[in-house]
Amino acid sequence: MLQGKQTWKFENRPVIIGAATVVGPDEGDGPLAGDFDLVHPELDMQQKSWEKAERLLLEQASEFALNNAKIAKDQLQFYVGGDLMNQIISNSFAARTLGVPNLGVFGACSTSMESLAIASLMVDSGAGQYVLAGTCSHNCTAEKQFRYPTEYGAQKPPTAQYTVTGAGAVVVAASGEGPVVEYATIGKVIDLGVKDPFNMGAAMAPAAVDTIQAHFNDTGRTPKDYDLIVTGDLASVGHPLAKELLIRDGVPMDETTFKDCGLMVFDVEKQKVQAGGSGCGCSAVVTYGHILKKIAKGDLKRVLVVATGALLSPLSFQQGESIPCIAHAVAISGGKE
Amino acid sequence: MAVKSAGGGKYRKMSMSPKEYQAFAKTREPSRSIFGNCIRAFIIGGAICVLGQAIQQLFIHLAHMKPEDASNPTVAVLIIISVILTSIGVYDKIAQFAGAGSAVPVTGFANSMCSAALEHRSEGLVLGVGGNMFKLAGSVIVYGTVAAFFVGIAHLIFGTGGAH
Amino acid sequence: MIFLWAFLVGGAICVIGQICFDVFKLTPAHTMTLLVVLGAIGDGVGIYDPLIKFAGAGASIPITSFGNALVHGALDEMQKTGWIGIITGIFKVTSAGISAAIIFSFIAALFVKPKG
Repeated sequence: MLQGKQTWKFENRPVIIGAATVVGPDEGDGPLAGDFDLVHPELDMQQKSWEKAERLLLEQASEFALNNAKIAKDQLQFYVGGDLMNQIISNSFAARTLGVPNLGVFGACSTSMESLAIASLMVDSGAGQYVLAGTCSHNCTAEKQFRYPTEYGAQKPPTAQYTVTGAGAVVVAASGEGPVVEYATIGKVIDLGVKDPFNMGAAMAPAAVDTIQAHFNDTGRTPKDYDLIVTGDLASVGHPLAKELLIRDGVPMDETTFKDCGLMVFDVEKQKVQAGGSGCGCSAVVTYGHILKKIAKGDLKRVLVVATGALLSPLSFQQGESIPCIAHAVAISGGKE
Repeated sequence: MAVKSAGGGKYRKMSMSPKEYQAFAKTREPSRSIFGNCIRAFIIGGAICVLGQAIQQLFIHLAHMKPEDASNPTVAVLIIISVILTSIGVYDKIAQFAGAGSAVPVTGFANSMCSAALEHRSEGLVLGVGGNMFKLAGSVIVYGTVAAFFVGIAHLIFGTGGAH
Repeated sequence: MIFLWAFLVGGAICVIGQICFDVFKLTPAHTMTLLVVLGAIGDGVGIYDPLIKFAGAGASIPITSFGNALVHGALDEMQKTGWIGIITGIFKVTSAGISAAIIFSFIAALFVKPKG
């Protein structure tokens, strides 16, 4: 139910009973390689087009998530998903393969937590017993759609980010074993006028700050209540900005561990990813692959994932518009009080 | 369902105006290493021109061409090299290092066409390759042509008759 | 000696491009467009030809020479056929570059997949 202004409290405690992640070669070279269910050695995954490869990632992640949840496909009632492509085609094709009633959502790179929040709300309200939430991104489809052809020789500035090739999916259920989804805070679209599409971290940082503050104000929690707060893909430019803004506003972020998925998924020093990772897949593979495993092991008790999204299109950017941004936060706990 | 408010308004909301935030973000933006980038562009760009000069000398001495005639086959050879490097996925890696050094020479022009052609092959030979080949290079041709037209008009107006 | 000047002049034109990227934050397309227009104007005022004589490939390989060649074609044809030459002559000299780029790019697209 609604708590405060923009937060849902899930009183029936929906459970993540299964999760899966599938990634590409660069993520497989990164520090979290061991946490993923499948690492593809090639970017094209032996598909004819980048778009087909991205679709395959989501199809595989969905399939593995069902396997890990130990439920059959016909037990699944709904699938909530989205991606970065025009008209969220990867989601639609993956949903076609799944053959499950589908809600397509778009929140750019915040789609991971947007779909998890909606899936949790559905389960919490009794609208479904088993709901799948999934998202994906592919470095080359994102380059092709938002920037330049992949082989085009354009020099990327150090503020640019590297879209993660990967997909993550989770099965949310009314009961079962696994991490519990406690809260979801739905973000507002925030636009402080940053126009540089090669500096999305700086554009998105205020959206993350707004959602984190709203979450604390709505729930009455403080940073201390979380072992870990992660932002989605602010990377090395946006993440320090967000931290500074939060501390300026009196939020004691030093009392928790404040990290960023875009800085966790790659070794930013060694891999040539400029400021760090980005994309729907970034927060999805880090949260569903790495963080959920740590929660299951008991290394982390309670985590707030704040997935950030830059809601620009190539058209809006060329027409001189600034970048509208959003962040959605989901609080996940080990389930034991 | 009752709306419950738990300790609402504990943290004050972000108070920066867009202008203040942009200035704030600007000061914390990692600087592009302009000097280093210029040095790399200079060396790689210069090297590509030296390679072009060498190919041109070969045409002059081995094929006994006049210097002005040797220029066209030189450009064609550089374009083939660029298309090959683009096809094996190397040109974009060079460009991340060289910046304008690999973008400004004619090899960069060929790369912009070849990369678009390869990338959009998945949308078919006509709409994909044909329709997208000039999506990056097109502006260069459009503005070059329009500029050439107005330069021609200027010569017409000043009555040079095209002497230059 | 021509090699040294080719290196220095060609490198210098690339540095102008790099400054457009980094200082003026122009996109590659804007930068190339600007350089082509500069090359066209350069030939219009008669300084590009001496630069090619002096620096060889250092001036004929950068994209500025594309603007120069377009103007060259237009003006040469204008001398021969009068004002209509501005339209008919523009692509006379640049055919090699554009045709080669189209043909080889097309052939590449038939046989090669982008590597990413």
